[in-house]
Amino acid sequence: MKRKLAIIVSLILALAMLVSGCGGGKKSGDTAKKILRTNNSSEPGSLDPALAQGTHESWILDHIFEGLMKRDENGKIVPGMAKEYKLADDNVTYTFKLRDDIKWSNGDPVTAEDFEYSWKRALDPEMASTYAYQFFYIKNGEAYNSGKASRDDVAVKALDDKTLEVVLEQPAPYFLELTAFYSLFPVNQKVVEANPDWAKDPSTYVSNGPFQLKTWEHKAKIIVEKNPNYYDASKIKLDGIEFSILEDENTAWQKYQGGEYDFLSPLPQAVVAQLNAEKNKELVIGSDLSTYYYNFNTKVKPFNNVKVRQALSMAIDRKTIVDKIAQGGQKPAEGVVCFDIPDENGKDFRDVSGNLIKEDLVGAKKLLEEGLKEEGMTIADMNKFSILYNTSEGHKKIAQAIQEMWRNNLGIEVQLENVEFQVKLDREKAGDYFVSRAGWVGDYVDPMTFMDLFVTDGPYNDSGFSNAEYDKLIETAKSTADQKVRFESMRAAEKILMENMPIAPIYHYTKPYAQKPYVTGVSKVVNRDPSFIYADINK
Amino acid sequence: MAKYIIKRVAISLVTIWAIITITFILMHSVPGNPFRSESKMPPGVYENLLKKYGLDKPLPEQYTIYLKRLLKGDFGESMKSRVETVNDMINRGFPVSAYLGLQALIIALCFGPALGVIAALNQNKWPDYLSMVIAILGISVPSFIMGTIFIQFLARNISWLPIAGWGTFAHTILPSLALAMMPLAYIARLMRSSMLEILGQDYIKTAKSKGISKSAVVLKHAVRNAILPIVSVLGTLVSNLLVGSFVVEKIFGIPGLGMSFVSSISNRDYTLIMGTTIFYAIILIVMLLLVDIAYVFVDPRIKLTKEGR
Repeated sequence: MKRKLAIIVSLILALAMLVSGCGGGKKSGDTAKKILRTNNSSEPGSLDPALAQGTHESWILDHIFEGLMKRDENGKIVPGMAKEYKLADDNVTYTFKLRDDIKWSNGDPVTAEDFEYSWKRALDPEMASTYAYQFFYIKNGEAYNSGKASRDDVAVKALDDKTLEVVLEQPAPYFLELTAFYSLFPVNQKVVEANPDWAKDPSTYVSNGPFQLKTWEHKAKIIVEKNPNYYDASKIKLDGIEFSILEDENTAWQKYQGGEYDFLSPLPQAVVAQLNAEKNKELVIGSDLSTYYYNFNTKVKPFNNVKVRQALSMAIDRKTIVDKIAQGGQKPAEGVVCFDIPDENGKDFRDVSGNLIKEDLVGAKKLLEEGLKEEGMTIADMNKFSILYNTSEGHKKIAQAIQEMWRNNLGIEVQLENVEFQVKLDREKAGDYFVSRAGWVGDYVDPMTFMDLFVTDGPYNDSGFSNAEYDKLIETAKSTADQKVRFESMRAAEKILMENMPIAPIYHYTKPYAQKPYVTGVSKVVNRDPSFIYADINK
Repeated sequence: MAKYIIKRVAISLVTIWAIITITFILMHSVPGNPFRSESKMPPGVYENLLKKYGLDKPLPEQYTIYLKRLLKGDFGESMKSRVETVNDMINRGFPVSAYLGLQALIIALCFGPALGVIAALNQNKWPDYLSMVIAILGISVPSFIMGTIFIQFLARNISWLPIAGWGTFAHTILPSLALAMMPLAYIARLMRSSMLEILGQDYIKTAKSKGISKSAVVLKHAVRNAILPIVSVLGTLVSNLLVGSFVVEKIFGIPGLGMSFVSSISNRDYTLIMGTTIFYAIILIVMLLLVDIAYVFVDPRIKLTKEGR
């Protein structure tokens, strides 16, 4: 009898063993080569530039592709695949001349036709690319994507093998920088047309950047190696980069400490606080193009009242939140636009506009009472409102701190409500909330990436804010090529926004990372992940 | 026996259909969808996405399309990945999870019953207390703490094993251990109480009074009967271990199915939710069926033949 049981148990085991194939050994990398090891946190949804969405895709793409423009060692936008460009007097027609010595990783020459094909492909409604809207600056881009114009109407055209002409809908001084953005990277027309699944397998994958894809073990690791066909290969010191795919931040930190990674970003919050406190030299607080803020639902009482909104914002002690709670080197918000965005004179836009956020604990209470009176409400009525945030330890701590600040400074008792991320987005879209936590990460280094969020009926304007003067200023800024007018309009618009307070900015994010002392040459620009293109390992 | 199995298979098919339908309805009634995110996505782009994945069609139509595809064994395209289909993800993830689960099961089955027997034979003496302390630790300390402790002490402090990742046998040891603790403890406790009950039975006394040696009594009479409850929990246990654990896979960075199972829900990756749920349901049902059949062999009191009834 016992033997039978043993047989059955082993049968079950054998069955499972059979399907499992018992795993397999993997060879380790060549140690003599300079391979930088880091963690990409999540499996990319695709490594096709047209289909890429977030950081998990773009960090890899930034190393294996190159756009018309690129960033140099110091993060400055310089010609990449293009050797020069010309902007016509109409301020919307760009002509790019490509370099002569540029090749794909399979040896094919990179042509202007490749660019034309790639951009139109990304706009193709059939592709259903999430980031298609990065191409909406191009004339008829949006129309083609929503089926209102044909592919040929899109104003990007290869005049010959090496000349590309692009016409924009409106002047967009940040368009040059956008051509260095991963959605606008080219793909090899011949390769893509011959094999629609080219981007799924390293053996058929073709790119044009400093590195090329070598290995992709799904949910385990991605290895890129130096691309010998890259025109500037002599400047590239690393032989390759190994991105492992490990979702758990704490385990990743253990691996960094254990010497299995040379570089790590992001870091667990507690680790940043600890490294910061002990002034650890391996910690670098990189800048980030993003702002953490609270939405007020301006469509419901009493948040429709500007005094109530101002009072709630005034009663938040942002420095305490940054120093005692977030602890990642964040900066207290001074407006909706974050730091490190240059203005028309090359100065920091934020510094020039100054701090537009007032914190005044005494004044706040008075203002709140006035506002509530106008709405026919009392302090006690505030107790039924709640702060909506998506479930996360960090958001919870900040919400608790703000709840406490409002209790102490204003005498109101708001509730906290945490929901799953998707549920929060749904409720914000439906206007089913009072105050909600939100954040915005800019796409390009220009105040406009934040400013146009809050135009009437903007797709991410969940506060329901609508101000004719604001809309007009944004329109002016978007349609002019005069940098002075553009920036002045944006400055004026931000003032209006901060006077009306449909949102209360809390802090500007940072991107802390850790790198071993022997790693050099990593560059971090405000809107991109750290770049290893010019990095080196000096062990 | 054959008739019984046919009947059970038929019931299983109906159960799976019910699971598909209920999951489908629940999934679509939860707020959110695969393409919504914190972004400025214009409505046109959003509509293109809905159209590509057929989400613009009415739900009943989506349901019939899905069922038709499923009958061909096609779980569809993942809505978050343009690289792997749901079938690809299961084909890749399941072997990894199953391998790990199997190792964990072997550990649990080797040490769990032994611990329980030792405890029962030494009731209220120190071996009993020791095994039960281990068992209580195993049940009450969640696997993410266990995993973190293992990483800290066995991989970081004394670098015997790699910290995390996947590839070699060494990579599988810590996660298997973390995964095995809970079932091991559960089996040990079950075995202990079941042994204690059996040891008090008349036939054990009879066996003892007949002068049979203690080890023979324990092994031939007590353990054989006491193991029955464990066989009955084995079905659920095996299926749980085979499809993998979200927590353990996340901590150790293992490319298994357990992670997909949970993250598909927060991503609202509809096709992956359906695929993993159906797959898990099938495994669970098959395992339960196997256990019921195994019971017939193990327990002489259960007979499915007509004479037996």
